[in-house]
Amino acid sequence: MATSKPRVKVPKKAKAGEVITIKTLISHTMESGQRKGKDGKPIPRKIINTFTCEFNGQKVFETNLEPAISANPYFEFNMKVPESGTFVFTWVDDDGSVYTKEAEIAVE
Amino acid sequence: MKLTRREALLVAAGGAVALTAGSLGLPAFAAEGEAQKLIDEFTGGATPEAGKISLSAPEIAENGNTVPVGFEIDSPMTADDHIETVMLLAPANPRPGVATFHFTELSGKAAASTRMRLAKTQDLVAVAKTSKGAFYMDTKPVKVTIGGCGG
Repeated sequence: MATSKPRVKVPKKAKAGEVITIKTLISHTMESGQRKGKDGKPIPRKIINTFTCEFNGQKVFETNLEPAISANPYFEFNMKVPESGTFVFTWVDDDGSVYTKEAEIAVE
Repeated sequence: MKLTRREALLVAAGGAVALTAGSLGLPAFAAEGEAQKLIDEFTGGATPEAGKISLSAPEIAENGNTVPVGFEIDSPMTADDHIETVMLLAPANPRPGVATFHFTELSGKAAASTRMRLAKTQDLVAVAKTSKGAFYMDTKPVKVTIGGCGG
């Protein structure tokens, strides 16, 4: 499978205490484990099972995903920005692969 | 390898047959009971109240493979009073669990949206837990034209 490519959309600037919207997307087939292949055997489950967003080392948002999440999992959530800093987004695959992406925000 | 047109058609037909057989061979869809069990586990037996949380999803989902779904909860989101966890369920899917969202006081607003798979027409359920231990629940019916769970 092609490597999963994470994408995030975070505003570059915000005012202190402002609630911003963060959008994330990662390309992934999210094979549910419910489907059967042409040979009639079930295709093994392979999904992203956890997504977390941290800001300056502090957890902001976390999601545990089940196979019911669509392919290319998309998340939109909010965050109240206290200060300038760095976001670290992490996606964990069933096979143990971890995909990360960073983003910066400057507080005026 | 190069397929002739005839071979390609055969392969496609075979695939379709395999898919149909696959859906027939699946165990019966999980009963509503399984979703109720998950809710009870989540709330520890408490009955969630209606209100505060609002679940949004399209009335009719043409394609069950990607159904946009979101929720928003009325909460001050301060250190001592915020939404901790939200569980999203699709009771008529083969497996009712969809996702569990964890919020923190940094979240600012207890809202999130994603895209999910729906096997058939059903009522989505979202249950939220506050840091004070209260539970809120909302349901939202969604009509599904084409199922999205590998049918």
